[in-house]
Amino acid sequence: MLRYTLLRLLGAIPTLLLVIVLAFLMVHAAPGGPFDAERALPADVEANIARAYHLDEPLPQQFLRYLSGLLQGDLGPSFRYRDYTVNELIGAAFPLSLKLGAMAMALALVLGVSAGTAAALRQNSTLDRVVMAFAMTGISIPVFVVAPILVLFLAVKLQWLPAGWSSTTSASRLVLPVITLALPQIAYIARLTRASMIDVLSRDFIRTARAQGLGTMTVVRLHALKPAMLPVLSYMGPAIAAILTGSVVVEEIFGIPGLGQFFVRAAGNRDYTLVLGIVVFYATLIVLLNLVVDILYGVIDPRVRQR
Amino acid sequence: MSLLELEKLSIRYGNTTVVDNLGFTVGEGESVGLVGESGSGKSQTALAILGLSPRGAQVSGNIRFAGSDLAELSQRELDKLRARRIGIAFQDPSQALNPYLRVGRQLREILVRHGIAKGKDADRQVMAMLERVGLPDTERQFMAYPHQLSGGMRQRVMLASALIAQPDLLIADEPTTALDVTVQAQILDLLEEIRDNTALLLITHDLGIVAGHCERMLVLERGRLVDAGATTALFASPGHAHTRALLAAAPRIDTSDIPDAVHGKSILGVESATVSYEERGSRRLHAVSDVDLSLHVGETLAIVGESGSGKSSLVSAILGLVPMESGCVVYAGSELNGPVERRGKRQARELQLIFQDPIGALNPQMRVRSLVGEPLVVHETQLSSRQRLGRVTEALEQVGLDAGYLERFPHELSGGQAQRVAIARALILRPNVLVCDEAVAALDGSVRQQVLSLLRQVQDETGLAIIFISHDLAVVRSISHRVLVMYMGRFVEVAENDALFRHPRHPYTRALIEAVPVPDPLVPPRKAPLQGEVPSLLKPPPGCVFHPRCPLASDVCRQSCPGARDIDGTRVACHHAD
Repeated sequence: MLRYTLLRLLGAIPTLLLVIVLAFLMVHAAPGGPFDAERALPADVEANIARAYHLDEPLPQQFLRYLSGLLQGDLGPSFRYRDYTVNELIGAAFPLSLKLGAMAMALALVLGVSAGTAAALRQNSTLDRVVMAFAMTGISIPVFVVAPILVLFLAVKLQWLPAGWSSTTSASRLVLPVITLALPQIAYIARLTRASMIDVLSRDFIRTARAQGLGTMTVVRLHALKPAMLPVLSYMGPAIAAILTGSVVVEEIFGIPGLGQFFVRAAGNRDYTLVLGIVVFYATLIVLLNLVVDILYGVIDPRVRQR
Repeated sequence: MSLLELEKLSIRYGNTTVVDNLGFTVGEGESVGLVGESGSGKSQTALAILGLSPRGAQVSGNIRFAGSDLAELSQRELDKLRARRIGIAFQDPSQALNPYLRVGRQLREILVRHGIAKGKDADRQVMAMLERVGLPDTERQFMAYPHQLSGGMRQRVMLASALIAQPDLLIADEPTTALDVTVQAQILDLLEEIRDNTALLLITHDLGIVAGHCERMLVLERGRLVDAGATTALFASPGHAHTRALLAAAPRIDTSDIPDAVHGKSILGVESATVSYEERGSRRLHAVSDVDLSLHVGETLAIVGESGSGKSSLVSAILGLVPMESGCVVYAGSELNGPVERRGKRQARELQLIFQDPIGALNPQMRVRSLVGEPLVVHETQLSSRQRLGRVTEALEQVGLDAGYLERFPHELSGGQAQRVAIARALILRPNVLVCDEAVAALDGSVRQQVLSLLRQVQDETGLAIIFISHDLAVVRSISHRVLVMYMGRFVEVAENDALFRHPRHPYTRALIEAVPVPDPLVPPRKAPLQGEVPSLLKPPPGCVFHPRCPLASDVCRQSCPGARDIDGTRVACHHAD
């Protein structure tokens, strides 16, 4: 298992390198630069700034400079937030995004798995149809449509929940963003769970368990849940990526000062190092979490573990 | 009073009736065999007794157990009945045990849920049960996952799970069908031994098992009970035509109706074939080690042995489907080497192959016309489509199918018809050698007989040489001229049919023959001739690979691998054969 983990970590290096190269090129290919302002600066001032941030060097050299900093865990200084390094900015903004993402993921898993299981146990019943109709809707409607609708009804009309982040400091301000972020995931996980649960419930060993008089609850909990969770577990990788990208939109809509908001601003500002830093950070996170998912796979399925 | 009583039981799926007006009883402590071909409703009946009929089944009629009507029980009461009063062992334990749960946990949960035992006490009872079903090292098996056990051990666990709550009735649904014959004998012994006073409803297609293990038998034909009575009486004078047909189709290893010896010239020879596969961690698995084989025109050579004996690997190497590590194949005087793609078209067409699962071996998107005609498209390009159709019709006629089958798809064929199509497809190129890999193993008795006599007829007409791979010795007895026995990829023994079955020289051959159940209640069932199971090919025992299971093993067997010797026309690899 240790060998496997190490190999996988080594295998992640080319992936990350490719992400870095692409992100680096795309950031620099975008028109404009970090120090463009309304009023043009004198040419010598501009040249000074460019020299200070090494923007006057040829692109390959800039890239190598960036890479060597990266190897030491240094994502460089932010171009726009003058007195901060990218590391500091990520360190400050990420905990909030993490909290949001983790809550959304937990909510999606609990609701998705329970709804999917309930639907599978009562296949083709009204409950099943309602769950599946909801799931289809949840998957089809994008976050930027769901969020305003939720705000309009739950915050503006009914006034149950705060509409934005800065209007209150109570925990209730987390509710709408978390729901918005979790909604498509609940829907997707419910569908996945339903399909795999139906498949597992039709297997021979479930018939054996029922023939042993274990009762539906025990059969599902003890015998069916673990194998039925395998497809959901493999979806966790893409789900994490979806929640991270979703948080970029959701944080912007609700005005949450998380990493997603920083990312959007940084892109607009051509804050090269900050954009790159967040991309590299998220890419690493996704690669690592995918590895965790694969290891968990082995924990659930003893046959994979042996291989 | 009878323990189980079925009255007018019918099971329907939509308009299809799978069980029709079925009634029978099982008394306390009695053993009853429920026999019939596939689709006769045996398993459907078993599931209905436990209230486990699949979705969409309409079950009507009465099932009474110990006086109470099962239809009137609530789900809770039914759950209490399962395992505690009626235990069931299913067919294929690799599917029927939960692969994600440790064996001990699966057994323990039965005791806990039924309130029989809990905590340490439950663990102790599970261990005791594992010991009773003959699993060595119970602590380790308790923690094992099913895939870590061999097929025989898994079936022992399955039986343990059916009996751990001490039910009054045990239903065993084809409990040995997925197992090798020597292991089957062990499981049947075990069943007798641990059953005590539990009544047994044994579901099987194998009349040999019923003859040896059931006091009464019930014969099902397409959902109807056609015959019932004491086993000895029914075998002696079957009441119904279907029972007679089943008995007639059951191959008997003690038959004397065997093919006459043939004396054709040699067509295929294999010398010291060795086949190995790469395994994880660069270990090599030796599937076939140094095996010789010869085949003559007009002859059927059977290759027998348990799973893992290397039968299929050997013929795959002959056909060029897997690479041969060393050794050579000589066909009609010239050497055949390398993969089939690099052999000449002429050589490729003269060796043909048919498989066990006929429907799986036919492309589901093609009609019979194209399936059978395809080899001609490749090998006889000069034919017009009209001529090709003529040849296809002719080939179908040869296997007893009329032109009405031309436009059918594989799923529109029965198992027997599909196997005929596969044979027609193999024979259309007029090959000299036909390899049948377990070609009748998936077929029911009467259909199997038909396919076997078809093969014999084609052989008589064309002088076809057949290599017939089978695990079923009774079938081999009835069709082959010579028999080659293999064990763990090694040559064991080769002899003329009659010599081999009457005077087996190798202790393994003897054990294989003894393990076959004889469909005759007057022949007392023999104890399992071999204990243990086939060791892993990755760790073959030193010396003679058979010595750990051999009753004759001595020091020399543990140290040196026996070479093949000739004794009275039999070639055998054993230190102790004489």
